[in-house]
Amino acid sequence: MSAIELKNITKKWGDVTAVDNISLSVDEGSFVVLLGPSGCGKSTTLRMIAGLDTASSGTISIAGKDVTSLPPAARKISMVFQSYALFPHLSVAENIIFGLKVRKVPAPIRQKRLEKVVDIVGLAGLTDRKPSQLSGGQRQRVALARAIIAENGICLMDEPLSNLDAKLRHDMRVEIRALQQRLGMTVIYVTHDQAEAMSMADKVILLRDGHIEQVGTPEGLYGKPETLFTASFIGTPPMNLVELANGPEGAVVLGGSDHVVFKGPGEGRVLGVRPEDISLSDDSGLLVELTAADYLGADTILNAPVGNQIIQIRVPGRYRLGEKNRVHLTWPQEAVHIFEKASGKKIENSNITTGKVGNAA
Amino acid sequence: MSEHKGSMNRVYGWLLLLPAMVFLTAFTYYPMVSTFFVSLFSDGTATRPSVFVGLENYQFLLEDDIFWKVLVNNLWYAAGTIPTSIAIALMMAIWVNNRLPARGLVRMAYFTPTVLPMIAVANIWLFFYTPEIGLFDQIGSVFGFPSQNWLGDPELVLGSIIVMTVWKEAGFFMIFYLAALQSLSPELEEAAHLEGASRWYIFRRITFPLLMPTTLFVTINAVINSVKMVDHLFILTKGGPDNASSLLLYYIFEVAFSFLDEAYASALTVVLLVVLAIVAVGQFTLMDKRIHYR
Ligand SMILES: Nc1ncnc2c1ncn2[C@@H]1O[C@H](COP(=O)(O)OP(=O)(O)O)[C@@H](O)[C@H]1O
Ligand SMILES: [Mg+2]
Repeated sequence: MSAIELKNITKKWGDVTAVDNISLSVDEGSFVVLLGPSGCGKSTTLRMIAGLDTASSGTISIAGKDVTSLPPAARKISMVFQSYALFPHLSVAENIIFGLKVRKVPAPIRQKRLEKVVDIVGLAGLTDRKPSQLSGGQRQRVALARAIIAENGICLMDEPLSNLDAKLRHDMRVEIRALQQRLGMTVIYVTHDQAEAMSMADKVILLRDGHIEQVGTPEGLYGKPETLFTASFIGTPPMNLVELANGPEGAVVLGGSDHVVFKGPGEGRVLGVRPEDISLSDDSGLLVELTAADYLGADTILNAPVGNQIIQIRVPGRYRLGEKNRVHLTWPQEAVHIFEKASGKKIENSNITTGKVGNAA
Repeated sequence: MSEHKGSMNRVYGWLLLLPAMVFLTAFTYYPMVSTFFVSLFSDGTATRPSVFVGLENYQFLLEDDIFWKVLVNNLWYAAGTIPTSIAIALMMAIWVNNRLPARGLVRMAYFTPTVLPMIAVANIWLFFYTPEIGLFDQIGSVFGFPSQNWLGDPELVLGSIIVMTVWKEAGFFMIFYLAALQSLSPELEEAAHLEGASRWYIFRRITFPLLMPTTLFVTINAVINSVKMVDHLFILTKGGPDNASSLLLYYIFEVAFSFLDEAYASALTVVLLVVLAIVAVGQFTLMDKRIHYR
């Protein structure tokens, strides 16, 4: 039985369809990330699960029970808001035990649970402060503590790290994931940051314009993107997506040399290959001229314009331009993804060489 | 060098403060001080020049029955208007802050009393309160109530003035509460809601405490307004009947410009200023401790 299940959920705001017929399920104790660009309906989906917004149609069930029409409090879930939503006039301790007080949990039990969670999230010694006297990271911890003290088992988080600086964001990422595993919580986590999703999730649900683009493990989304959108959204830098044209002997890069990337028609198709799968070669492959090198420490990102497209290549260590700018690019055949440009869908390997244009899987 | 720069900065500082200081001194502090001095002298006439009488004017004040009556009136007036108008303002603000149809229209309707000129307001209410043909008596007669002389009956007149004041002030204070409510993040309420808090609980533990700075501001305004009231009395009652609706400032006005006793009016004014100062200091120190400022 799934901890949370959405069936054909749609949400309309007037004419705008924020969420369009989404179905998904979340296993108990798993960490599921709703990923997507801003405005794709992540928050709306999460808020419908919480009961803060009501779905226009469809059903939501939690632990096998239909909760579609239940108020938020009856759903037994906790939530961490992007703004943290801490009560500014209450102390850290009062903020954390707010819900216990509402539910009239006796004071000694409240105190015990408070001590426990304060310890877990590392807020010891700060419980008498007001939220305004805390740093961003500490406020984040208070919000987490308030979510876990209820011991609901399900926690929803809406971009909880977006107000933190890069270093802290990374630390909290690790901590939240560890906390989730230690407490065995079921977490639905919303973010627009694919790196966050990749590093934390058991399962990533990639949203686009209110519908589900692809569902899978981080490795699945990274290694087997089913659409152009997925390919362009996952990875930094993302997958190279270059348009192809028909050459005399097979598909060639549009505006590039006559190097045949595969046998078969190229027009209307897009070649996808990750920067890290490309290697430089002296004699064979696609001939390019390197124009820029972005040194990142462990590796360097090279830019190679082909026609009016740019191919990025990740090479280990430092690569200096000027030494050798004219190079050939090669990549293993299994690293190649071919998409149909019009539909954005992946073309299965078996159809690449034989298939005509538009004969996608 | 740096010392020179510092002293120049100080000159600039004072220059920037100068205009405000000139006007405050000319129109606030100088009149206050001179009022105090005038209150220590007898009232001069053409034949009898004013002489220093010390606290004689204050002595007279203690024995002045009308002063005491007016003071008590003013206390009742304050007690009747301040809590009621604030409570109504808060309720209206919360109601208007909700998603309701024609919200803009409702907001404007509540605010209208505030933008109307005081004299116009008084005239409208004069019509409401007119015996026999006024709005209240006409409505009352439908339900079989006898006609009342709302503004002519010493028992009713202060109450009638209070009702009118509440009507006027509540809309004004509502605007402040509305602004404060809109600056509160809706996520706070949602977070509390998720924890199972009822609307009343959320109001009591979240909304109301966070509105405290506004409440303090509004309360001070209400107190000041309660001793500033004079224009309505002009139109409606002239303080009568038998001073039953006269308030402090109106009495001061009468003493100064009808009875032309400048010295005694000054003494009354000093008393009023002292009372106001005590109230303001009290409010700030008492409430400051309990208020959470963001
Ligand atoms: N309360 C609302 N009223 C009207 N439109 C809304 C409201 N909330 C969200 N939307 C619209 O729904 C779409 C999805 O919003 P949201 O779920 O907040 O996106 P995300 O969290 O993925 O950035 C957006 O187009 C947004 O403008
Ligand atoms: Mg969002």
